[in-house]
Amino acid sequence: MKMIKIEDVHKSFQKLEVLKGISLEVNKGEVIAIIGPSGSGKSTLLRCLNRLETIDRGSIEIEGELLVSTGLDGKSQYVPEQDARRICRKMGMVFQSFNLFPHLTVLENVIEAPMIVKGVKREEIVPQAEALLKKVGLVDKRDSYPSRLSGGQKQRVAIARALAMAPDIMLFDEPTSALDPELTGEVLKAMRQLAEEHMTMLVVTHEMAFAREVANHVIFMDNGEIVEQGLPEDIFNRPTHPRTKAFLSNVMQS
Amino acid sequence: MEYILGILGPMLEGTVVTLEMFFVTIALSLPLGLLLSLARISRFKALRDIVGVYIWLFRGTPLMLQLLFVYFGLPLIPYIGIKLDDFPAAVFAFVLNYAAYFAEIFRAGIQSIDRGQYEGAKVLGMTYVQTMRRIVLPQVIKRVLPPVSNETITLVKDTSLIYVLAMNDLLRTTRAIVQRDFSTTPFIVAGVVYLLMTLVLTWGFQKLEKKYAVYDE
Repeated sequence: MKMIKIEDVHKSFQKLEVLKGISLEVNKGEVIAIIGPSGSGKSTLLRCLNRLETIDRGSIEIEGELLVSTGLDGKSQYVPEQDARRICRKMGMVFQSFNLFPHLTVLENVIEAPMIVKGVKREEIVPQAEALLKKVGLVDKRDSYPSRLSGGQKQRVAIARALAMAPDIMLFDEPTSALDPELTGEVLKAMRQLAEEHMTMLVVTHEMAFAREVANHVIFMDNGEIVEQGLPEDIFNRPTHPRTKAFLSNVMQS
Repeated sequence: MEYILGILGPMLEGTVVTLEMFFVTIALSLPLGLLLSLARISRFKALRDIVGVYIWLFRGTPLMLQLLFVYFGLPLIPYIGIKLDDFPAAVFAFVLNYAAYFAEIFRAGIQSIDRGQYEGAKVLGMTYVQTMRRIVLPQVIKRVLPPVSNETITLVKDTSLIYVLAMNDLLRTTRAIVQRDFSTTPFIVAGVVYLLMTLVLTWGFQKLEKKYAVYDE
């Protein structure tokens, strides 16, 4: 069974077509890095997976369950809201802008969703949450409010918060792009640790070193299409498509 | 001093009427305002438009006119005409009026919350209701405290409008005493009572703001 299977996904914002028929399969435990210039549609692709954006056409399957498919009228048809929410809960997401809840402490941020979405009892989830915070190295910040944390700490809380829902798949949307360069390392370390535990991960990133070392599959997107994909060493050392070559030589220079 | 003590009795009775109006209005108009604000931003255009017209009507006409209309105008409407007693009529007009203002305050507050908060909640599996209750509205409260405090203080003084329904609130009682005794002292006493009421409110809201100051955004 594929963890994610998407076929011929199309998405437009008004007249601008940002995804032009994307197909992709993700196996369990795979770490996929999605790279490409800004505006290439890579974040949109990730956001379509958990319904932050709705697709116009195509199909998405998560762990064998259909989330959306193309109806007879040629437009996308989503499964009922409750099913969709249950299916999407299998995916956790980490945003570029953290999106922590500022009115809740670090610990409350992590336990909130398990308690109100899954109905887990507080005394059950708190030890789990503390273990997750320990894992990302922030258990001593459990009672701090997010505004007191650095960007790197915020992002690690966001990772712990997503993991608290026990997802099978983690989506990372440029998780280090809003961070000062010296803070990216701690976040990448937490992600690397997750990859080592065989979490299935989709990572939209500008961190080429991370993509090269941690990912086992790299996808290069440009202009709403998957231009080239393959093993990291092939994509980075022997890109075949001219657009991949141009993009890589550009980012490697800077 | 003896004179003041003498008039204090009836004036405090008037104050009770004022406070009753105030508390009943606040207790009803805050939740109604919240519901209206949610309707104002709902995805149903018809609902948004209806609430928009409602808010326009109640913010766009004098509260005094609304008060007179509910008390004297409603009974005259054929078939559905209802005659309300003075207190329910006054509460009805005040609640509808203040809910319109609160709705706009809450709407602005809700719309000031970053879209990322909704997305963060959504990817954690929360429903719209859960997101509003647990994530958005608690943050909205912090942001709307200053304007809500403003409206609340205005309401204390607006309650004096009920004199047009011949209800014996603080101000009408005071006026009666002034006309009886030819003394301006009751006016000063009334001013002090109003000041005390708004002072308590100001303190209360300061406390609330402090409570919500534990986190920054």
